[in-house]
Amino acid sequence: MAAGFVIRKNQYYDSVFLMGVNKRLSQTKGVLQTAVLMASEKNKQLLADIGIQGDQIVTAKPNDLIVAVIGETSQVVDSVLQGIDQALLALEEKGPASHLQTLEDGLVEKPNANLAVLTIPGEYVFREASKALEAGLNLFIFSSNVPIEEERKLKELAADKNLLVMGPDCGTSILGGVGIGFANVVNRGLFGAIGPSGTGLQEFTSQIHNAGYGISHAIGTGSRDLSDEIGGITTIQALDTLEADPQTKVVSIIAKPPGGKTLERLLARLKICSKPIVGCFLGARMDSFEGGDALTWAPTIDDAVLAAIQHVGEKPTVARIELTKQERELAAKSRADWAPGQRFLRGLFAGGTFCYQSQQILGEAGIVVHSNTPLNPQTKLTNPDRSSEHTMIDMGDEFYTQGRPHPMIDGTMRRLRILSESRDPSVAVLLLDFILGYNASMDPVGDVLDAIMEAKQTMRQQTGELMIVASICGTKEDPQELDLQVKLLREAGVIVFQSNAKATLFCCELFKPA
Amino acid sequence: MPDKIEELLREPLVVINLGLKGFAASLEKQEVEVIQVDWIPPAGGDEEMIDLLDKLL
Repeated sequence: MAAGFVIRKNQYYDSVFLMGVNKRLSQTKGVLQTAVLMASEKNKQLLADIGIQGDQIVTAKPNDLIVAVIGETSQVVDSVLQGIDQALLALEEKGPASHLQTLEDGLVEKPNANLAVLTIPGEYVFREASKALEAGLNLFIFSSNVPIEEERKLKELAADKNLLVMGPDCGTSILGGVGIGFANVVNRGLFGAIGPSGTGLQEFTSQIHNAGYGISHAIGTGSRDLSDEIGGITTIQALDTLEADPQTKVVSIIAKPPGGKTLERLLARLKICSKPIVGCFLGARMDSFEGGDALTWAPTIDDAVLAAIQHVGEKPTVARIELTKQERELAAKSRADWAPGQRFLRGLFAGGTFCYQSQQILGEAGIVVHSNTPLNPQTKLTNPDRSSEHTMIDMGDEFYTQGRPHPMIDGTMRRLRILSESRDPSVAVLLLDFILGYNASMDPVGDVLDAIMEAKQTMRQQTGELMIVASICGTKEDPQELDLQVKLLREAGVIVFQSNAKATLFCCELFKPA
Repeated sequence: MPDKIEELLREPLVVINLGLKGFAASLEKQEVEVIQVDWIPPAGGDEEMIDLLDKLL
């Protein structure tokens, strides 16, 4: 075994790009491990943890690139390190060329800008975001790892200036028909939406579009906005704005349950809202909370879509979430085909909200589910890599995404997990989600398709049939070609549903207690 | 009233994108006016130097 590294001074790249380079280098024959990262203190520690150390690393600065390789032989290591510049060039990000390096440069070029989009490392967000707010810009902050007290300060400053901070950790917004971040291509229309979760907003807005309606604005708030530390500052601002927006007829909030104090504040605000509101707080039964006459509670995103459409007085073209007779028959027939030992469901999700919603629906059907991100803390997996009985895994959780791309843009980790589940003869069904839209993988189904085929083959050889149930979040207008993605899945024998709730309901039918 | 926010929803977006080029590219595809900034950490990421710079400004 041999190891080596090179440092490129003042060559800064973003982490998503470097993950792509790392993946490419790690696939080289004879390579055991690679690390391609900027020389921040945290990253230097990660290198030390895998035995990569040296004086040059100690003195390297956060703008210096380090490429480290551990290989079977020194020839392999040398060859990879010598080819690093070509690898960097070959993978150079597609996007507009730029000679600008600071927010100030951007402001000179676009003095009329009204929004800054930030995908920079979390430790620098407060500095850049404060400057953007002082310059009168609204913010969409995709970056995570921003200290919560900094988030609060930014949001308070923004509220003082009548500006909006979407984020940090904001995946999706659609403003005036423009998708920002991970967003689906949807019609414009009467329906407004607010939510901390990217995939929750994607599912809602896609379903509204697919039902023949449209979105006025969908405002992402950031994953912690409804925590008591933040108090729903962005959510309330978004509500004020959509209430005043003449195009928006109904406002839907798609979220996990707020903190106790924030819920009180939000309910008080909802009671005086002049427009119909649909509240979908996944993971909690909210029916007993009084939020005024304008408020309808919806237990799932599908129900929220239905309730929103009913609020504008139109006959919904989406069905209430229940299985058709044919789907129930298919479930009964499939169950009969299982080998005696096949008993468990394993959900492997790219979307955290889908993992959460599936747990809720299964739980309400009396099916006990374990998870790395559990609804019920008592069912938390001790090791996320080891499923237990019925298990739902959020593959976008930090455990799987530390230093690796998110499963919405790279299927590598999910492929491995699909294969590992297929080696467990007690597994009967895999539940998957596929998410389309801007900035997501251009072929999310293709990314895992060979693993699906191999998993089915593996199960067939050891026990019986492995059933795979999937949902696709997206629209026909998305860049990935929805119909093609569905076709690929169906040709592989996957049962495909248009929503995560419906796919999960099908799994409830498969596993309902006798 | 949050007039600057209402303006954001009413007027065409004009975006400064700091970081991932893909985000700027997807906005360009939607015919949004966007300027890409290939952001790098200030002062080479040296925290003390950044603090000093912030105090000077």
